[in-house]
This record gives sequence, C-alpha cells and structure tokens, in this order.
Amino acid sequence: MLRACLRGANATARNNYRRNPLTSVQHCRHYTAGDTSGATKVVAAGLLTLSSGIGGTILYAKWDHKFRAAVEKNVPYSDLLFNLALGPSSQEGLPIKKQMELAQPPSMMDKQVKASKTKLEKKVKEAAESPAKESSPATTQPAQSIEEECKECHDHKDTPVTAAVHPNTESPVAMEPLKERPVEEVTARLAKQDQEEQDILASVSATLEESLASSAKTTLQAIGAQEAALQAITQHTHKLKEAMEAEVPPQEKSAQWKDLEAALANRTCAVNDASTALLKANETLGSLKSVIDKSKGLKIAAVHPLVLAAEENLHSMIVDLDKVVTKVQSAESEAKIVSQYSELVNEAKQQFQREVSSLTPEIQANWKGLTGKLSADDLNALIAHAHRRIDQLNRELAEQRVREQIHIDAALEHQKLEDQKALEKAVNTRLQHVKEEARLEQERKLGELREVMEAEMRTQLRRQAAAHTDHVQDVLKVQEHELRAEAEQVLSSKMLEQETRYRQLNQEQLDNFTLDMNTAYARLKGMEEAIDSHVVAEEEARKAHQLWLSVEALNYALRTTDTDLPTMPLKSAAEAVRDSCHDNDFALALASALPEESLHRGVYSEASLRARFNSLRSLARRVALIDESHNSLYQYFLSYLQAALLFEDEQKAPPTQLSREDLDPFKLLSYASYCLEHGDLELAAKLVNQLRGETRRVVEDWLTEARLTLETRQVVSLLSAYANAVGLGTTQAP
Amino acid sequence: MSEKQLGKKVDRCLADGAIKLGTGLGLGIVFSVLFFKRHTWPISFGSGAGLGMAYANCQNDLRSHYLLHKSEKQEE
Repeated sequence: MLRACLRGANATARNNYRRNPLTSVQHCRHYTAGDTSGATKVVAAGLLTLSSGIGGTILYAKWDHKFRAAVEKNVPYSDLLFNLALGPSSQEGLPIKKQMELAQPPSMMDKQVKASKTKLEKKVKEAAESPAKESSPATTQPAQSIEEECKECHDHKDTPVTAAVHPNTESPVAMEPLKERPVEEVTARLAKQDQEEQDILASVSATLEESLASSAKTTLQAIGAQEAALQAITQHTHKLKEAMEAEVPPQEKSAQWKDLEAALANRTCAVNDASTALLKANETLGSLKSVIDKSKGLKIAAVHPLVLAAEENLHSMIVDLDKVVTKVQSAESEAKIVSQYSELVNEAKQQFQREVSSLTPEIQANWKGLTGKLSADDLNALIAHAHRRIDQLNRELAEQRVREQIHIDAALEHQKLEDQKALEKAVNTRLQHVKEEARLEQERKLGELREVMEAEMRTQLRRQAAAHTDHVQDVLKVQEHELRAEAEQVLSSKMLEQETRYRQLNQEQLDNFTLDMNTAYARLKGMEEAIDSHVVAEEEARKAHQLWLSVEALNYALRTTDTDLPTMPLKSAAEAVRDSCHDNDFALALASALPEESLHRGVYSEASLRARFNSLRSLARRVALIDESHNSLYQYFLSYLQAALLFEDEQKAPPTQLSREDLDPFKLLSYASYCLEHGDLELAAKLVNQLRGETRRVVEDWLTEARLTLETRQVVSLLSAYANAVGLGTTQAP
Repeated sequence: MSEKQLGKKVDRCLADGAIKLGTGLGLGIVFSVLFFKRHTWPISFGSGAGLGMAYANCQNDLRSHYLLHKSEKQEE
C-alpha cells in the first residue's frame, strides 16, 4: 500500500516535473530565439570597455611611475600585472642609489672629521705649547693660562662633539686631564716643554756647531784652494807673459817653457782642487743652510741667537768664498787674455813657420837656430817672403790703424759690455750680500729686542703678580672681616632666637601641662559620673534584657507545638515574665492578661488550627442547612445532599465588606479557608464567627481555640514589642 | 470537641438504629413465629417499629441542643 502510494506520488511528481521543464524550456527558447544579438552585444561592449580600461591603465602607469605606485598600493595584485606587462618598476633602483649615497656621505664625513680632528690635535698642541711658551716658568698666571687652555679645550671639544664620530683617544685624554687637574698638569707640561726645549736647543746647537765647523773647515779649505789656484794662475800668467815677451836664449826658453808647462799643470791642478773644494764648500754650506732652516722651523726662542750667529757665519763664509771666487775669475780672465795673446803669437809663429816651410820646405822648424844652412835662393825667397810679409803686415797695420778707432770702439764696447756684465754680477752679488747682511742685522736686532721685551714682560708680570697677591691679600682680609662680622651677627641672632624659643617652649610646656591636668581632672570627674550613670543604665538594660529574654522564652514556648497538640503550658514562662518586670505596670498588666487556658494548657498553633479547620470544613458544609428551626433528620439528609451537590471555591478572597449574600456558610467557609491559607487567623475567626446554626455549633470549639491562640499571640507580641522597645531604649546610641 | 459531637451522635444513631432494628426484627420474628403463625407482618412491623424508634431517637438526639428543656426554662 505504501509502495503504491509512493508510486502514485512519484508519478504525479514526474508528471509535474515533466510539465514544468517543458514550459521553462519554452520560455528559454522564447527568450533565446528573440534577442540573441542584444546579449552578445552587451557582453562584447563590456569586455571591450574593460580591456580598454586595463590597457589604458597599463600605458599610463608605464608613463607615470607615481600613478603606478598608487595603483599598486590601492589595487591588490596589480603589481603582478604591471610586472608582467612593463617589467619591474624602475623605482627599485632609486632606493639602492640612495643607500649608496647615504653610505658615501658618512665615509666622507668620517674623513673630513678625521682631518678636522688631526687639525684640532695640532691646534691643541700648538695652543698648549704657545701658552706654555708665553707664560713664564714662574707660573704667575696659571689661572689665565688654565682658562685659556680650558676655553680652547672647550672650543675644541665642541667641534668633536658636534661631529658624530667616535672621538680619537688622544685628544680627549689630552683635554680631560687639562680640565680636571689644570695646575699640576700645566706645571708638568711646562716643565716637560722646558725640558723638551732644552733638549732641542742642545741638539740644535750641537748640530749647528757641527755643521758650522764642517762648513767653516770646508770653506777655509775652499778659500785656501782658491787662493792657491789664484796664485797658480797668476804665476802661470806671469810666466806666460815672460815667455811671450822675454827674449831669452833657447835653453832658458825651453826651461821657461817647461816651467810654463809645470805652471800650467800646477794651475790646472790648483783650479781643479779649487773647484772641488768649492763644490764641497757649497755642499756643506747648503747643508748648513738646511740645518739652519730646520732649526728655524722649530720656532724656539732660545735657538734664535744660535741660528742668527750661524747665519752670520754662513753669510761671511759665502762672502769670502765669493770674493775669492771673483778674484780667481778675474785672474782667470787675465790669464785667458794672456793665453789668447800667447795663442795668437803662437799662431802667427806657426803660420810664419808654415809659410817659411812652404817656401823653403827643407828648412826645419827650428829656423831661428839656422844661420848658415840656408842657400841664397832660399834666403832671397825668404827675404822676398819677408818683404812681402812686411808689406802685408804694413798694409794690415795701416788697415789696422785705420780701423783702429773702430776696433777700439768695438773693443771698448765689448769691454764695456763685459764690464757691465761683470759690474752687474758684482752689483748683484754685492746687493745680495748687503741684503743678507741687512737681514742678519735685522734679525739680530729683532732677537735683541725680543730678549729685552721678554725681560721687560717678565718684570711686568712679576710686578703684576706681586700686585695681584697684595690685592688678593687685602681683599681676603676685608672679606674675612666682613664674613666674621656677618657670622657673628648671624650667630648672635640665632642664639637670641634659640633662647626666646626655648623660653617660649618652656612656657608652652607649663601651660600645656596645667591644661592637661585640668582636662584630665575634668575628664576623671566626667568619667566617674559616666560610670555611675552607666551602672544605672546597665541595670536598666539588664532588666530590660531579662524581660526580653523572658518574653523570648514565652515566644519560644508558643512555638513549641506539634501538629494537633497544644503548646506547653505557658505558666512558667508567664511567671518568668512577671518576675522580670515586677516594677513595670504595663508589663505586669500584659503578663496577667494572658488567658488562663493558655497558662494551664497551652494554645494550639496556627498550623494545627488550619489543619483542623480543613478537616471540619466538610462537616460544617454537611450541616449547613441545620439550625433551630430546621433540624429534623430529613433536613439533615437534605443538607447532606446539598453539601454533596454544591460546589464552591476552595478558597476565595473575602471582600472588605460582607454583604448579605456573603453570609452563606459555604462562602464564609471558603473565605475563612482563604484567610487561613494566607495566614490571617484573625480574619478567619471573624468570618467563622458569622456562621449560624448547627454549623456554628460544629465550629464552636475551633473558634474558641482560635480565639485563645489569637489572644495569647497578641499579648505575647505586645510584650515582645514592649521588651524590644525597652531594650532599644536602654541601649546607648553611638 | 464540638465537631466530634455530630459524629458521636450519628454513631449513636446508627448503633441505636441497628439495635432497635435488630431487636424489632427479632421480636417480630419471635412474635411471628410464636404468636402469629409465621406471618411476615409481625417481622416487618417489629423492624419498622424498631426503625421508627431509632429514627425518632436520632432526630431527638440531633435536635436536643435546640430544644429548651424544662430545667433550663425553669433556670431562666
């Protein structure tokens, strides 16, 4: 059956489905058959715009890098697209360049700072040296120098700090000791510098002396050599002149020539010696000059005179050397003239000899010795030649005479030029020497002046120091007086103050003491009174407490019930209450107001009453129709029937005012039930009190019990309220 | 307890009724057997009388509270 149903359902479903696709396909076909071109048009247009947008973006990004960066930032994965289309952005190269640039400047900065640092170091050293130099060893002005040094240190320190380079170990170490212990350091430095100066001085003087000695030796040697050369030259020229002019017999001539040759050799030798000596002297002089320059470069005052002396020596040596050299040169020029003359003569002789030999080939060179060997032809030829030669010479002579003047002028000119040149050279050398002398003189004067000024300055400084110390002493004395006076004044005022304060404190203490005593006495009195009152109050409180306790006991006694059993008799509790309030009328009255039954027998609890009521409610209902007039058995039967057939609410809230309809027993019972369920025994009792007839007789006992309970409870609550009130009254409010 | 009174009364009624009914029945039977030749009328008479007496007693008992007795009248 189920399968049949399913089959039927499937069939219907299939039918339905078959119907719907047909319709939908028809619809689709209807749609597609109509506007195919429209959709494709739309799609194509959309694709076109999209591609053009992308292409345009790519092109613009290629052109504008900022735009590309913006797009890459805002649109995710666009950087992939751009990298694909355009390649990586060229902006990647820029950060690298920037890094390089950043790397370079720090290194350049380092170099610059290092250079500046070395400069600073030098400056510091110089600055340290210069104040050390200028201040006298007596350190009369250590403060100023320290200040100067410190200022310079500060200045120098600022610049290294601003340059953010790790400071060199030397300069801070050099600067900080200056700042920390200036005096000691200054003196130490001064001493050290003096020592250094001394050493340098000693060394410089030693070197100067050495070089002076060596140069002097060499110069002397050179001078000696030059003079020797001069001598040799003069001798040689003299000999040459003699040889040229003197007509002496041939033996002597040969001896002369030998002497001449010897002299020549001597001369050349001497000249060579002289030149070497000169070179050596120049060398040593050059070295001396360099040493002098070096020592000048040291810039120490004490070196100056030595340097000056050395320079003077040098100058004099140079002057002497130059003089001798000029002498030698003049001698040499003379010798040259003489040699030229001798050469000319020799040449003439040679020529004549040649002529003669050309004429008379067989005649030998030594024609002067030949007297008889010549033939007449030879002699004639010789004489003719001699005549011719004489004519020629006469002609030449005449020519010479004619041209004498010109030649003389030319020679004069030549001589003038040479003289000019020589003059100039001499003038120059002389000028140089004079300049040198003047400079040396100046330097000497300068040195002297400097010494004088230094001495003066020292005296001035000493005077100033003395004046300063005097002034300082005076000032100190004055300050001492002032300070002492001030201190004494302060002391006296403070003493006075202290005394007054002491007296004040004493007085205050006394006053305080008396005050305290008074207050203590008053307090003691007060305390005694308070204690007395407390005792009274405590008594009261104790009584109240007792009353309260007894009332609580009574209350507790009320609560000691089982269901359907009354409480314990309240007699003892009531007795206790009465005992605890035998001076209190109100409480007594209340305590005696307790009903007798409760005292003797106890009262029922509300719960038991409630239960009892619930049980007797049905009975009351059953006899609802029975009263004085209707009380036959038939009535009983009728009332039983009524109770069986009548249904009322189990519990119904009683109205605030009872009307006549509400006096129906059933209603009353339901009201009473409600009241009982809600804990209102009083109202329930009141309601039950309205019952009449047999119903009333049935619930009579319950009512009396309820009345009893209510009474007792009322009394007990009053008593407990009273006890609470009394207890509260007796407690001391904080 | 006042609420138990009614119960007690009803008990008494019932007991009394049972006794009287029984007695009447018995007497009726006896009389019927002895004197009235086993007629049923004495039985029914006797039980009826007994029941009636019991009824009357019960009713009287139940309404006894509402009836002023002679002594009470005299006291008033």
